[in-house]
This record gives sequence, structure tokens and C-alpha cells, in this order.
Amino acid sequence: MTKAIKAQSLRKVYNGNPPVEALGSVDIEIEDNEFFTLLGPSGCGKTTLLRLIAGFEHPTSGRLEMFGEPLQDLPPYKRQINTVFQNYALFPHMTVAENIGFGMEMLGKPKSEIKATVDEMMDLVQMSEMADRQTSQISGGQQQRVALARALAPRPRILLLDEPLSALDFKLRKSMQLELKRLQTETGITFIFVTHDQEEALTMSDRIAVMSNGAIRQIGGPRDIYDHPADRFVADFIGDTNFLDADVVGKDGDLTALRLTSGKTITASAHDDATGRVTLAVRPEHAQLATSDEGLLTGQLREVVYFGTDTHLHVDLGDGTTFVLRQQNSPDMPANATAGSTVGITFPPAAAQVLRD
Amino acid sequence: MAKRAFDIRRQTGFTGIAIACFLMLYMPIILLVVYSFNAGTSIAIWEGFSWRWYASAWENDLVQEATIRSLIIAFWASALSTSVAVLAALATTRTRSFKGQTAVFAVIHQPLMVPEIVTAVALLIFFAMIKVATGYNGLAYLIIAHSAFCIPFAYLPIRARLQGMDLTLEQAAADLYATPFQVFRRVTLPQLWPGILAGAMLAFVISLDDVVITEFVKSAGQDTLPTYMLGQLRRVVTPEINAISTALLGISVTMVIAYTLLSKVRN
Repeated sequence: MTKAIKAQSLRKVYNGNPPVEALGSVDIEIEDNEFFTLLGPSGCGKTTLLRLIAGFEHPTSGRLEMFGEPLQDLPPYKRQINTVFQNYALFPHMTVAENIGFGMEMLGKPKSEIKATVDEMMDLVQMSEMADRQTSQISGGQQQRVALARALAPRPRILLLDEPLSALDFKLRKSMQLELKRLQTETGITFIFVTHDQEEALTMSDRIAVMSNGAIRQIGGPRDIYDHPADRFVADFIGDTNFLDADVVGKDGDLTALRLTSGKTITASAHDDATGRVTLAVRPEHAQLATSDEGLLTGQLREVVYFGTDTHLHVDLGDGTTFVLRQQNSPDMPANATAGSTVGITFPPAAAQVLRD
Repeated sequence: MAKRAFDIRRQTGFTGIAIACFLMLYMPIILLVVYSFNAGTSIAIWEGFSWRWYASAWENDLVQEATIRSLIIAFWASALSTSVAVLAALATTRTRSFKGQTAVFAVIHQPLMVPEIVTAVALLIFFAMIKVATGYNGLAYLIIAHSAFCIPFAYLPIRARLQGMDLTLEQAAADLYATPFQVFRRVTLPQLWPGILAGAMLAFVISLDDVVITEFVKSAGQDTLPTYMLGQLRRVVTPEINAISTALLGISVTMVIAYTLLSKVRN
């Protein structure tokens, strides 16, 4: 099966003094009909990768293929790829309907077909009432829908979305997330979505590529990335994490025995080359309070922070680090811990993830 | 309390100097306009209100001819220089920065820097050679000369407009299957129009007003309105000159206002 996008050793250096390497030898394969997200902080190279796929930038070296055909030498207007821009980039001198029909018009489609598709698209994004409005006369959320309809109308094989939700308010963003996922499933078009918002990435994507400093750190499904972060950067960037030092003391098949700084030993799955001093990641919601005898770790409870749905407990482990636990709140739950008391912390072996540095 | 930054308007004597400057600039023009309505034949002694000098100028065949010639030259100079300016502006804003770009800017702006009299003499000598070689004596020399010095005036507002435009719009069009020419025609050009009109108007006014280069380049019987007026001043001076000047002033002010309004049009 051919891949929607296949990049091999793709590299982009921007000329300048000094030259900036925005993307350093990236390999990536994106499946057809997939909701794929490029996630990372600003400056990580995700937008550069998107612009290389769209054709606005030319790679310094490497190969780029779309459904098995070489892509890197085609100009943007010859690629069956459309983009939803971060600032929407709607044409200010055209109406909503003219904007949506622009791509098909440029492809030389007959007027009747353009009209039918434009109507269908406006229906799809619930903008039928607004066909003859100027783009300056509609709200940000509506402009967002028009930009989406305009990019979908020519039926591209791949749709690129460059942080399209970042300018919307919280509630609108939530509903658009579900809407985008629905559109992707309905149209069967491969979506490549760029964001720095980890929650957005987790809720919408089939697969996520986490990027930093022009490189891909990990590719996997949302659960993979969250539950089994490959390295410290991914664990730190996605969600909240406690980092613990531990020493590898033995191996038994897939399982590795690790001694915590408290002296207690746990078994966890680890990558093969884990030896000596390693870093463990434990999610705050995967750990529980225990008595100080039972706990894998002990410490002093410093702060109890109430968040409505849950409570965050900050435990000072005595070696300069703070461990955060997150407990779901329920009405019949007693306030079982008070600040200042000595407590234990426990977590199941599966919750501990050995990280590559 | 934070002290206000240095405020020049609060310095002693500022108001006086400002008023003096404005008087120096506008009193002569106001006097010129006032005396264009003089009933007498003097440009210095007021003898009552009258439209007679406007009527006199309107009926003067030489003024009519010079006016029409001025308008023809200004129209063509404006059209030619604006077309060239659009191409120059596209080449200096929509391409990768290239070697010698600063030199290109300098060349485009050259007519603003070089003393007009130098350009005028150079054109006189150059065109004289062509006139001898071809035998052609028509208006084309004036049109070409005017086009040349109008280019920077047309270029500046067009370039400003191009630089202010959102580049992602052009990328979006290319992304939606528009070829580079379609991008220009369907996205760049429609947004560039206010800049083009502003540039064309500025060029028109600059051409209409020129004396020095026209005086040197024109052949016999090719007076434009300003060179006709200059010629008249050497003979009898009547308020007819004031009337023509006032009419020219009216056209220029209208154009400048239109130019300002157009430059303010934003997305």
C-alpha cells in the first residue's frame, strides 16, 4: 500500500547568517485516510514540514513522495494538496461563495459543477446563508469554516491544516475539534494537522508525530505517546509528568528491575539498552497515596490544591524533587491528607516508563 | 509622576515660527488666487471682483492648445510610467532578494536625486541627435521624457501597497491551483488597484506641473501650460496668469486629495 506522504532524509536549511536548520533529516510515512498530527513547540520544524509538503518551500535535500510519486519538484499549483492557513488567508475582494469556488475555477471545472460543489461545501460547514457575504463581514469562526470549505472543495487527496483553531475561543475550538474529526472521517481525505496544543492532538489524531528542534522524537497513536513516551522531551511536552531517578539492577525477559532512590525495587518494562542510572516517568493520575510503610516513595505532603474535578497533591521527596499526584474528586471522598503529614506514594509497575534521554 | 517626553510644541517661540512658516508658504498662493478675480488689469492693485480673466483664459486659443497638449502628455506619461512602475515594484518586492538590489533602487529613484537641469540638458542633446537621425519632431519626446521622471513617483505608492499586502493570500491562491499568472491577475492585481491609481495620479500631477525638462525638450510650437505661462511672464503680466494658475492649483489639489484617500484604502 502506497503512503499518502513519504519523506526520506528530508532537510531544510534557511539561508542566512548563520544559516538556520529548520528541519534536519526527517523520515516520515503518513498513511492514506489518516488524521495525522505534527505536534511540537514553536520553532520545532512542524510548520516547515507542512510548507515543504504544500510546496511553499523547497527542501535543501532529501526525498518527498505523495502516493508513490515524487513531489519535491512540483510547484504548489500542481499538487493535489490544499491548505487551511493559520490566518485563514481568505481573499478579501471575493465573496464567501467565490472564495470556496476559487480552487475549482482554477482547475477549469464547468460553472455548473462549481456551483453544485460550492453549495454542497457551504452546507457541509453550515455556511449556506452566507454565500454572498464579503469575508470581512463574517466572524472568526465563520471565516475558519469558509477556509476549510475552500480547501476541501477541489477534493484534494491531502488536506494540510496549519494551527487552524488557534485563533478561536475555547468553546468554539472544542466544537471545531470534533467537527474536523467528523469531516475527516466523512471525506476520507488524509488530514495533516499542525498544532502546539497537546490536548488538541490527543483528541483528534489517529497518529501523532512529536517534534522538537527540527527532528521527530516519537510517532505513535495518542495512547502510545501519552502512556509510553519515548524520551524525556515527549514525556515533558505531553501532559504532566513526574521524573524519578532509578538504577537498573537486573533483567528478567521483558521486565527490568529498578531500584528507586528510596531503596525500594520495582519491575517495569524498559528499552533494551537501559543500564545504570535511568529516568522514570510517572503520570500524576497513575500514582496513589499510601501509608508511609507501603509507599514505594515517602515524603512530606506540602500542598493540597483543589481543582474542582480533581485535587493535586504536592509531595516533597526530601531530595529536592517534588512528586505531584492527581486524585479524582468525589462527593463522599474524605479529605484524607493534610499538608505537613508524612505520606507514601505508590504506583503500579505499568505506570512507570523508562525514558531514553 | 513620569515626565512627558520632550515636546517641541511646548517650546517658546514654536507657535510663532509655525505661523510664520505657514504664512510664507500660503500667503503668496492666497494672494495669487485672490487677484485672479481682479476686475482690473493689474496683479497688484485690487479693482473689484470679476470672472473676466477666467473667461479671457478660456477663450485664449494658445491657452486652450497648451492645456490640451499638457493633458495629452500627462495622460500618456502617467500611463507609461505607472505600467513600468508596477513591473518594477513587482520585481523588487515579489522576488528573492538579488545581488545589486540596492543599486536597482538607486537607479529607480535616480530622477528624484539628479538635478532636473542635468536631466534636461542630457535629454536635449540626446533627443537632438535622434531628431536629426529620424526627422521626427512630435510630442513623443516630451511623453518619453515625462514618463522617465514620473516613474519614481508612480513606483513609491505601488511598492508601499505591495509590501503591505498579505503574502499568504498569494500562497493560498497557488495552493488552490492558480498558476503564477493567475495568482497575479486574480489576487495580486485586484488588491493593488488603489496603489496603481494613487501612483498614476501622482505621476499625472507631476507631469502636468513640469517646466524645466519640458522647456529644454520641446520643439517649436509645443508649449505646455506651464511653459506657456513662463513665456507670458516675459511679456505683459495680467491676472489671466493668476486665473490659469488657480485652475491648475484646483486640479492638483483635487488629485492630491484623491491620492491621499486612495492611499488610505486598506483591506
